[in-house]
Amino acid sequence: MEIKQITTLASKEFWDRIRNRWVLAVALVFTAFALVIAYFGAAQQGSVGFHAIDVTIASLVSLVIYLIPLIALILGFDAIVGERERGSLDLLLSMPITRLEILLGKYFGLAAALTFSTVAGFGLAGIVLSPQLDLDALFHYVGFMFSSVLLGCAFLSLAVMLSVFASDRTRASGLAIALWFFFVLVFDLLLLGALVVTGGQWGGEIFPYLLLANPADVFRILNVFALDDVRTLYGLTTVFPPTLANPWLLGLVMLAWIAAPLGIASWRFRK
Amino acid sequence: MKTETQTEAGTAVIVARGVHKHYGPIHAVDGVDLDIRAGELFGLIGHNGAGKSTMFKMMLGLIPATAGDIRIDGAQVSGGNFRAVRRTIGYLPENVVLYDNLTGLETLHFFSRLKGVSQAESGAALERVGLAQAARRRVREYSKGMRQRLGFAQALLGKPRILFLDEPTSGLDPEAIRSFYAILRQLRSEGVTMVITSHILAEIQERVDRLAIMTAGKIQASGTVQALREQMDLPLWFTVRTAQADFAAVRAALAHLPVGAIETHADHLTVPCRRENKMAVIEALAALGGRVRDMTVREPSLEDVFFGFSD
Repeated sequence: MEIKQITTLASKEFWDRIRNRWVLAVALVFTAFALVIAYFGAAQQGSVGFHAIDVTIASLVSLVIYLIPLIALILGFDAIVGERERGSLDLLLSMPITRLEILLGKYFGLAAALTFSTVAGFGLAGIVLSPQLDLDALFHYVGFMFSSVLLGCAFLSLAVMLSVFASDRTRASGLAIALWFFFVLVFDLLLLGALVVTGGQWGGEIFPYLLLANPADVFRILNVFALDDVRTLYGLTTVFPPTLANPWLLGLVMLAWIAAPLGIASWRFRK
Repeated sequence: MKTETQTEAGTAVIVARGVHKHYGPIHAVDGVDLDIRAGELFGLIGHNGAGKSTMFKMMLGLIPATAGDIRIDGAQVSGGNFRAVRRTIGYLPENVVLYDNLTGLETLHFFSRLKGVSQAESGAALERVGLAQAARRRVREYSKGMRQRLGFAQALLGKPRILFLDEPTSGLDPEAIRSFYAILRQLRSEGVTMVITSHILAEIQERVDRLAIMTAGKIQASGTVQALREQMDLPLWFTVRTAQADFAAVRAALAHLPVGAIETHADHLTVPCRRENKMAVIEALAALGGRVRDMTVREPSLEDVFFGFSD
């Protein structure tokens, strides 16, 4: 594997997103949402203004869990199928580059764009909020940003995988939306439904482990467990064994969610 | 393992043996053997769907063959040292698609990085294809012909020893086609081997060294245009310009010769005849003296040859 081929393709993908202002637009969306949530997050309690960072982060987690998977899937769904459909893939494949290098170059370039806009967007909001942050809160906020990046990278990996499998862009976009629905909306409902239907008899023990099968839930757990004030707000966390709540372990699970779809994509792309 | 294949006239750099490509029940390429020699301009012609582009993609290693073996300089294109092989190859795909958001110069910088070539070559390549003025314009503003020329400049990066050009002149105006072939002549003098496909047969018949006619996934014939003409044994066509009053005299002079059906036009007659009777026809017409105002002989075109083989 030649790293230079990967970085050449990755830097093209990254600068494409900088030049067409994709990175700027997404960063501004993140900044705006973060500030609005920080200011209005406690409106239900009858007051507005900047409040405890834990509550702000909890609200941001709820938002990011919808937004980032969607943005990552939209960013990555046509990575390969788009090149194939436009007709530029043949020329790329005729270069002295392997298919794995093409896949990784595409992925790392897009991941860099997503990471940059996430860090810039929430980072800017963090700077604005910094007078309210003590060191501990800052640590949590940075943790939230970092886990947001991981969440984005995991869904980007899923997007790149389906862009290898899909036969055209239309199908790829449909699959991307279906994946979003499944992981963000349907998955938790299914688990809860299974618990309710079986009266809690079935799956009580494996339930926490099943949550790991969804990168969005891993992200939620990662953030919720870091915040003492918030932990109690989430009913689900009471059933979660503390051993699984180790942030390093959850980080590893996220990395697996990045590596596995890429591995499957690479296997399929070579065929 | 032999690294080069000796053929009757020169060293083959691209050798295909028994190559098949099946897509389910469809045999896109059906047992192709090819020897393309070092430094020649080789044409691959055929109808749409004849298997030319599939053959091209297999020669480039973009898709695997179902059966058979293709080697470039003795090495398999998709084998372990594919990078080294690829660095000796330039490829211009049919209807080349480049990146609209990049400028011409940025496009070449990108491909030169992938090819491991100095970016300094990009300017010279643009100059060579006549795009130096448009170097800093975005590809989205390029006409189809300019895109095609940029694609060609991309193929020239890294001074490849072998060029694969799939319908390279589509979208080019006559002036650009002429300068395109001027570049090919120059490349041939530098020893570059070129494989070109085209469906504009009149355009390539005078320009290729040898060609292969492909139909339904098979090579029907290959050789020089002249050799194929002889192999096909198509008639030559005489055009005899004369006054209408002399039409009967011309017919009478040719009556004893084995020529085909003579066609009458406003100011000339056309006479088909076999190659071996050509001189006899010329002598008979010369004997008419001043009554024949002018005479031309047309060789069968590549198109005639092509339809002869593909029908």
